[in-house]
Amino acid sequence: MSEVNGNGGAVEETRVLLRHAEDPKMASLEGYESYGGYRVLKKALKEIEPEWIVGELEESGLRGRGGAGFSMGKKVSFLPHTDDAKYLCCNADESEPGAFKDRELMQRNPHQLIEGMIISSFAASIGHAFIFIRGEYDEQADILDHAVEEAYEAGYLGNNILGSGFNLELVVHRGAGAYICGEETALLDALEGKRGNPRLKPPFPAVQGLYGGPTLINNVETLSNVSHIVANGADWFKSFGTEQSPGTKVVSVSGCVKRPGNYEVELGVTLRDLIFGLAGGPLDGHEIKAFYPGGSSSPVLTPAELDLPYSFEAMAEAGSMLGSGSIIVADDSVSIPRMAKRTSKFYRHESCGKCTPCREGTSWTDKMLERVCTGEATPMDLDIISSVQDNIMGNCLCVLGDAMAMPVSSMVKKFRDEFEETIAEEAAKTWSFDGLEAVDGQEPGPGGMSQKTLRRERLAGRSIPGEGVS
Amino acid sequence: MSPVMPSDFDPENAEPEGFVSPGLPVDKASTSGRLPIGDPEQIPDPAEVDIPDDLRDQIQAIVDKYPDRDHKGSPKSASIPVLWIIQRRYGWCTPEGIVQAAAVMQVTPAYLESVASFYDLLRTSPQGEHQVLVCTNIACWMRGGDELLDSFCAKTGADLEAAGHGGALSEDGRILVSGFECLGACDLAPMASVDERYFGPLENADASTIVDQLESGAEVLPEKALDRRGLAGGVADSSDPRVVDGKGPNQ
Ligand SMILES: Cc1cc2nc3c(=O)[nH]c(=O)nc-3n(C[C@H](O)[C@H](O)[C@H](O)COP(=O)(O)O)c2cc1C
Ligand code: SF4
Repeated sequence: MSEVNGNGGAVEETRVLLRHAEDPKMASLEGYESYGGYRVLKKALKEIEPEWIVGELEESGLRGRGGAGFSMGKKVSFLPHTDDAKYLCCNADESEPGAFKDRELMQRNPHQLIEGMIISSFAASIGHAFIFIRGEYDEQADILDHAVEEAYEAGYLGNNILGSGFNLELVVHRGAGAYICGEETALLDALEGKRGNPRLKPPFPAVQGLYGGPTLINNVETLSNVSHIVANGADWFKSFGTEQSPGTKVVSVSGCVKRPGNYEVELGVTLRDLIFGLAGGPLDGHEIKAFYPGGSSSPVLTPAELDLPYSFEAMAEAGSMLGSGSIIVADDSVSIPRMAKRTSKFYRHESCGKCTPCREGTSWTDKMLERVCTGEATPMDLDIISSVQDNIMGNCLCVLGDAMAMPVSSMVKKFRDEFEETIAEEAAKTWSFDGLEAVDGQEPGPGGMSQKTLRRERLAGRSIPGEGVS
Repeated sequence: MSPVMPSDFDPENAEPEGFVSPGLPVDKASTSGRLPIGDPEQIPDPAEVDIPDDLRDQIQAIVDKYPDRDHKGSPKSASIPVLWIIQRRYGWCTPEGIVQAAAVMQVTPAYLESVASFYDLLRTSPQGEHQVLVCTNIACWMRGGDELLDSFCAKTGADLEAAGHGGALSEDGRILVSGFECLGACDLAPMASVDERYFGPLENADASTIVDQLESGAEVLPEKALDRRGLAGGVADSSDPRVVDGKGPNQ
């Protein structure tokens, strides 16, 4: 799609994974094969050494598309070369707010994922593979069920695949609504039929994962890239993107933009190209105020950062992250404190409750942000919110707590004025308009604080502006 | 899930006040308004549990898909998919259904209860014939998700407060309305999942249309269904020679 936008310039997608995805027949085996699907698998099983595949994957620099950005090839090479039963789990839990790329990839091209999984399993001599798909994606799970059935019938799955002696079973496993199951070790628990609670690492799944066996866990998009890399080689893959972030990326852009959706681009295009050029920029009459560059867990960025390249390294340098590649745009109509509150509400709901800093921290932050939004907090509470975030980070079993702490503390830091204004505005609403007589018959206290707030602040031994320490 | 008053609620089988189910985790499982059947800590004897043959076969087929104990696997792996089968058949994870599943899988009912209570989509109390999940997470909230949830509640008479905290049934008990965290469809914002299919972007007035369609059995808003939607970037082919001359799939 080529379009000239005053703010973005001419921007074109680079569709590799989503190529021809608008053609509905791509979702069927016949359609996929008519576009060259399963050609690479046939070739690989016949004439390519598994070690070569692992080497190419490593050399390609393909980084995980599920959030952490770890080298996929390295992960494969960590699997021990023993005869133990090994497993592959495709992470299709996709529950991070803002992310919806895996949904599109599975819906439009399920066989691309399945082929990638078969080749990866072949490379790592894995005999059992699973696709763990979130329960809400029932429509996509049905599509995958059908595609897996087709692949079995065509002899691409099962025993002695295409006469090669290689066996692989693939099961589509539906989750049932719990964000935490996207965390790789919780995913393993959910697959083992337990409540999805993260496990202590190490041991890492590559050593001891599903049923205690070595397990490779990768995201849908990561695995969808595999057949392309094996077909075209690592150098071809590296010709896309930047040195540290090679390849293309399906980016989910949503929020206050004209054309929300998934766009596949080379890593390294600018955020402006993505948000303005492709997604059409903010709605008419509005301006961008902030955006999450990598899903709701990423620290927010501001319009000043729109010209940064969209790559793992540039986002990290800007103090944020690329994560799953999901941009949520907030325009000037959005209240940042309330956006922070939505964010904390989500993580509070999804915390599995195993670690105290996460369970209590998400819950406290959510309650404090509620008080900000109702004017019951004081500016000093903002400091407490920030310090609570610092105490969550790095102190938990998994990074769910950090995933709330990072964006919330970035919002408090970058939009502190707005938080203070919100507190003042909301507090003012509890007073009658002449400003003299309080609705509850009490005088407003120093700093416009309600008597209730003042009392709490005094009890906590905190200083009240204009009063000194009481 | 507070004021859920199911039409098939059986007061004979209700919990006395303050009752905690023995052996069950003290969360949703113990508040779902019923006594467990038999001893939840005992693996039921399949000979003593009445299970329809087709259900037994369905459950067994799922268990067989996972590696068995001889391959270091466990029948427990089938827990979530089997609970889905129970929920699809009985409308929710009923105590009877859980005992039936436990008997085939050879695990304890308490175990399946604890799994069911962990997951938002598995319901341990009646959930109506239709489910409407309205996303109220960040992107949908920015584009009117809260108002959409209000509209669904206004139309069905479901309690707004309860709908925002786990779900509430419509006045006639047929439709469950629930605010939900991100459903993975921010491109459709504001959106809802209606009987496990995605629709969006929705306007407040669509809530009324959808409820009428559900009640009359008509197809729900076909023009706003996810499967009718094209790619955001439209139909496009690349001129990039690396893409055009690639040797992989999608050529
Ligand atoms: C709380 C939490 C949720 C996560 N959710 C997902 C998810 O939905 N999908 C996903 O692919 N990875 C998710 N991850 C990352 C996985 O733990 C893991 O890093 C990833 O699946 C590895 O695959 P990749 O290397 O291909 O990215 C999540 C991590 C955490 C801590
Ligand atoms: S950090 Fe939170 S979600 Fe992760 S294991 Fe601990 S309590 Fe559970």
